[in-house]
Amino acid sequence: MKRSALISGAAVALATIACLYLLQRLLVPKYQTGIVEGSMVEEYYRETTDHEVLCIGDCEVYENFSTVTLWEEYGITSYIRGSAQQLAWQSYYLLEDALRYETPKVVVYNVLALKYNEPQSEAYNRMSLDGMRWSSSKVKGILASMTEEEHFIEYVFPLLRYHSRWDGLASDDVEHLFTKDLVTHSGYYMRVDTKAQTGFPPPAPLADYALGENAMSYLQKMTDLCREKGIDLVLIKAPTEYPHWYGQWDEQIASFAEENSLPYINYIPLREEIGLDMRVDTYDGGLHLNTRGAEKMARYFGAYLKENYDLTDYRNEEGYASVWAEKTAFYNQMKQRQYDELEQYGRLVSFGSNAIQ
Amino acid sequence: MLFTSYGFVAFASALLAAYYLVPRRWQWPLLLAASYGFYALADWRYLFFLLVTTVSAYLMAVRLEDIAGEQKRYLQTHPALTREEKRACKAGFKARKWRWLLACLLLNMGILAVTKYTNFVIHNVNALLHGAAHLQTVDILVPMGISFYTFQTMGYVIDVYRGKQAAERNLFRLALFVSFFPQMVQGPISRYGDLSRTLYCGHPFDGKAVTFGLTRVLWGYFKKVVIADRIITGVTSLIQHTDAYTGAYVFVAMLFYAFELYCDFTGGIDITIGLAEAMGIRVAENFHLPYFSKNIKEYWNRWHITMGTWFTDYIFYPVSVCRPMLKLSKWSREHLGQAMGKRVPVYLSCFVVWLTTGVWHGAAWNFIMWGLMNFAVIMASQELEPLYSRFHARFPVRGKAPYEAFQIIRTFLLMSCVRMFDCYRDVPLTFRMVGTMFTRFRFSVFTDGSLLKIGLSGADYAVLLAGFAVVLGVSLFQARYGSVRQALYARPRAVSYGAMALLLVAILIFGAYGVGYDSTQFIYNQF
Repeated sequence: MKRSALISGAAVALATIACLYLLQRLLVPKYQTGIVEGSMVEEYYRETTDHEVLCIGDCEVYENFSTVTLWEEYGITSYIRGSAQQLAWQSYYLLEDALRYETPKVVVYNVLALKYNEPQSEAYNRMSLDGMRWSSSKVKGILASMTEEEHFIEYVFPLLRYHSRWDGLASDDVEHLFTKDLVTHSGYYMRVDTKAQTGFPPPAPLADYALGENAMSYLQKMTDLCREKGIDLVLIKAPTEYPHWYGQWDEQIASFAEENSLPYINYIPLREEIGLDMRVDTYDGGLHLNTRGAEKMARYFGAYLKENYDLTDYRNEEGYASVWAEKTAFYNQMKQRQYDELEQYGRLVSFGSNAIQ
Repeated sequence: MLFTSYGFVAFASALLAAYYLVPRRWQWPLLLAASYGFYALADWRYLFFLLVTTVSAYLMAVRLEDIAGEQKRYLQTHPALTREEKRACKAGFKARKWRWLLACLLLNMGILAVTKYTNFVIHNVNALLHGAAHLQTVDILVPMGISFYTFQTMGYVIDVYRGKQAAERNLFRLALFVSFFPQMVQGPISRYGDLSRTLYCGHPFDGKAVTFGLTRVLWGYFKKVVIADRIITGVTSLIQHTDAYTGAYVFVAMLFYAFELYCDFTGGIDITIGLAEAMGIRVAENFHLPYFSKNIKEYWNRWHITMGTWFTDYIFYPVSVCRPMLKLSKWSREHLGQAMGKRVPVYLSCFVVWLTTGVWHGAAWNFIMWGLMNFAVIMASQELEPLYSRFHARFPVRGKAPYEAFQIIRTFLLMSCVRMFDCYRDVPLTFRMVGTMFTRFRFSVFTDGSLLKIGLSGADYAVLLAGFAVVLGVSLFQARYGSVRQALYARPRAVSYGAMALLLVAILIFGAYGVGYDSTQFIYNQF
């Protein structure tokens, strides 16, 4: 092959790769407004300080605990590595991934997702896994999570997955081509609006109440990993009632916790003690807490953490205090914006599903 | 493994790299291993069928050639034989060869018939018995591409029988001819004499061949993934909801299906030929701008060319010159006059060809009816030839651009209409739906947004229109100037590489693949 042909080939190949890279950046969902849950996992890597408490799990962690309240009330540095419908194996690999960067004193795992024993949804998989940095944990997480319709290569080259978004591009896609705004507060997803809990459908009887072996094996792995790293693992069930948390499941988790000498706290029966009023402390009819509820939950849970674990009050340490001051300011600013919108429109317009472009 | 799967792209890429890395003498054995691997990945049980066809064809071809050799030697060692004795001797040898050929054909066509047509026969027997008895259908494994490789292999054996082709004495080489993976599942139906010229010899890396081949592969993917797999959503919707989509919708379905089939089938063939070309192997062309045909006969000389020539060489000619047909020819000339008498055996042979073509396409009445409709149209146009001549004598429009455009559109619409049997897959339903085009046609369907409710969005239509424009542009260029790739290659390299890059980007962005799209099998894979 002639030299000129080689040069032309190399130049065209480079231009093509650059073009495909830009197209990929453009077409990958940005998760900046509306469904912001897809941004949560990658936000973790923007943290500049470590955390003594790391929460992992699904929406029952990232919507129910205010990390800023934990800081303000107790000086606890915490992060919620949550994502929508985060399955047990995803939690494990996200934990494994986080432990590459820091070693918290306490890891908190919300047990609701243990009811899923198999991969569930491609869309949720993407939101939990796309944001992870490449590592063996991510590879294993993808392999453990893929549904039948998915292909590993589509995670390696997200363009193959999102190419069809070309006809649905919005201003967010251009605006956030290279940079993204924070959408959470150390992993906490803020919603200040209120929609009272009115009731849920009665729980349907199940054919089999045993939690799946696959899911439970990952809980065991989390337990072992924490033990190996000298981290205290706390199992919790968030105080929200729906999806229904069956007594049989609760017993199995309690039994697992006992066998592994782990604390397990089911907060559903403790709602009164926490001070939760589901007429005003939830934004979606009782599925998740609003900020008011999440702050109450954080106060209660923070007291438990302080009492039972040797956590440092970092409020007087300059390095942490300045970082958390920024976080607190951002938290308060967003809270105010949300209240302003509520006052002006009677509902949130720039947050949640109303903000989908 | 679908051509459009990531697995196939990885498989073909790895094979192409390995092909030029191994010593040249190992290239064809590598292809053989890859072909068997490709087939085994689909279902390892298919290999059994493939081996039976390969081994039987190998043994029979060798036997046929041995018998021919025996005959030659016998005649050489017996120079004193009279003409009658020689004729008798040749007839004896020919009878022996015929028995071997027949055995081979019965075995292989029998496998094809049993695997593909058993349940069709059972359904029809049950229908005929009107519930008096009910035969259970059977669960039979239908090997992928069996129609293609069986016909290709039997063509080889018949050529050896006819003395047109030397028997391949290396079983593994023949095995590669039978199983060559790019063309195995949807053709083209190659001839041994053609394919073997480049299949077994070593090929040094040739940048031009690789560039040309890969460009054609990309062009195939563009047609398949960007156009065929996108328009299929609309086609499926239109043909599944026959109560709602009548009249103008049927017309739309007819056009959409014509484009889908063209892009699907020619796209698959482009991938096949391009991949082979990248490895230095020449595979027979299967299409030559068929939608530019001015009449049906020309259309069938341009569409699925290798199938057409196969049926001509191995069905039409043998049937035309078989003893009963010669007798019929004589009888019809005596009783129906010279003009009609000559046509009867030709038409009958033609009928047999189209009947078998229909049956070959699928075990269903709609395919048989499709074949017969083709026969009817061809015969009608033949019989109406005097009328056309009178018309042209009076109106000298032949050769003029508007008339040629009319001919092209007429042929396209006629063939698209006949293809509706393939589309609806139900003979009475097809007649009914085509009938509604003439009784319930509403022009408003094209203007009131109805076509945005058949599963295709405005964006889909934009992609399809752009895709059609590109395909039409390339086709017009080919018709007028020849090879587009050659023209690109004559320009600075950056142009041809740029065209490849553009195709790649278009496929990756506008292709209907991945999550949210069904991975659509090539239509001709099922044959």
